[in-house]
Amino acid sequence: MTAYVLRRLWQMVPILLAVALLIFVIFSVVPGTFASATAADGRNVVDAQVLERMNREFGLNDPVHVRFGKYVAQLARFDLGISFRSREPVTVVLAQRLWPTLELTLAAMLLAVVLGVPLGFLAAMKSGGWVDTLSMVFAISGLSVPLFWLGLMLMYVFALILGWFPSFGYGGAKHLILPALALCVFPMALLARTTRAVVLEILHADFVRTARAKGMSEMRVVRWHLLRNAMVIVLTMAGLQFGSVIGQAVVIEKLFAWPGLGSLLVDSVSTRDIPVVQGCVLCIVIFFLFSNLLVDVLSARIDPRIKYT
Amino acid sequence: MKLRRANLYLGAFLLGAVAIGALLAPWLAHTDPVMDANLMNAENAPGREFWFGTDGQGRDIYSRVLYGARISLTVGVVSQLINSVIGVTLGVSSGYWGGWWDDWVNGLTNMMLAIPSLIFALAIMAILNPGLASLLIALGLTNWSYTCRISRASTLSLKNHAYVQAAKMLGYGDVRIMLTQILPNIVGPIIVIGTLGMGGAVLAEAALSFLGLGIRPPAPSWGSMLSNAREQITTAPWVAIAPGLAIFFTVLGLNLLGDGLRDLLDPQSKARV
Repeated sequence: MTAYVLRRLWQMVPILLAVALLIFVIFSVVPGTFASATAADGRNVVDAQVLERMNREFGLNDPVHVRFGKYVAQLARFDLGISFRSREPVTVVLAQRLWPTLELTLAAMLLAVVLGVPLGFLAAMKSGGWVDTLSMVFAISGLSVPLFWLGLMLMYVFALILGWFPSFGYGGAKHLILPALALCVFPMALLARTTRAVVLEILHADFVRTARAKGMSEMRVVRWHLLRNAMVIVLTMAGLQFGSVIGQAVVIEKLFAWPGLGSLLVDSVSTRDIPVVQGCVLCIVIFFLFSNLLVDVLSARIDPRIKYT
Repeated sequence: MKLRRANLYLGAFLLGAVAIGALLAPWLAHTDPVMDANLMNAENAPGREFWFGTDGQGRDIYSRVLYGARISLTVGVVSQLINSVIGVTLGVSSGYWGGWWDDWVNGLTNMMLAIPSLIFALAIMAILNPGLASLLIALGLTNWSYTCRISRASTLSLKNHAYVQAAKMLGYGDVRIMLTQILPNIVGPIIVIGTLGMGGAVLAEAALSFLGLGIRPPAPSWGSMLSNAREQITTAPWVAIAPGLAIFFTVLGLNLLGDGLRDLLDPQSKARV
């Protein structure tokens, strides 16, 4: 297992390098620089001298290959450069934002699993009944609703009208509930549908019929045959959802003024603070790759048939 | 089974309604979506004159929602078409030819899968100026990996079939075989993925415009109509309600249609996600 994890970690390196290269290419194909871009937008009119000084300060006058060389050399030292806007090292800026995002996405994933899996399970066990129909209508609605709008409605009802929760900001558990609830809807709906499909499939499998035929109690069938088998697929699905949850978190964070990576990314995109944008994207990709690795390791723990060597 | 068909019909109905609204917007709308601002009418509640109320500039929300359908449908259809063309081209060619090309495409797909597509689109919007064309590029380039995977897998299993081999014997060129022998056989799943992808694109456009990085106000995009809603929600909650419901029903229609088409085209898959 240790060897497997190490190999997987090693396999991440080329993907991360490719992502770094891709991000670098995207941001160097555009003519002009941060300074001239902000000037061209008409948002800030920058004096030619100031522009020149900024370009020199950030080394933006160097040819592209020199800049890429510098960029990779920096990456190897875990240095992501200096923010154009705040002039702080990007790693420092990112470090401040890491925990709030982790907190939010983990809370949302937890809610999604806790609510979505039982819902799908119930739907499959009562397949064809009104519980099934209702939960599947709920699920497809969850996949169709724009999350930021749902967040806005939750904010309106629970924060502004009822006053149960603060409407935005970062703080204790009370601040976490509304954004996590808004963010959990998409993965929850998907998990409910996956669980339902998987459980329905297993219910008709030979080993379940055999177990019932030999007189095993329904409780034990569900516990030993259904849940264990369904768990692996559901877990994999949850892990794959992590990426889209981090993606969606960007919008939810912005809506609820949550000081995470997402709102940092949006602010940096709108001010064209390229080093921070690059850092955020790399950070999110690393998150995603690690969550996938974690899922694979956990699946092997649950399902003895999966062996990694 | 009956319920499954209901998916298809309900989806087609919802989408048809949105498409009609988009096409007939100039005739159905009461006012111009951008020019008819009148601060005397700002934040009027829904009523007989303004069906969905008015926004902070006094514009008729009903008219703006109708015109918004044009933007959303354009973004959904065009960006997903770009994605499908990229995904199918890469997937079929890499599956058919194999070798170093396959390795490259695989590497590229793995990389794309590692970046959440909304994040990627956001990063692309950082270098482009906000607007419809940029959105089409950003959303069209970032969501093809799944299509690519599926078309590659199908091509791999199809290319050894007798009829493909026969076409080869007859001297068909590679490209001709891919277009006439393989493509028609994988078109079903591609359409299903494309339909569901359109829903994703509509949601992504709304999210980016909401963040101020997509379609900029005063253009009547559903997302940008919501961008001020947080500040207005205490005084004028209806500003947020109509555009949000419009997005919801459009995406719901696309998702139902996609599900229904999948059941229609692939009866074996009972309830796959």
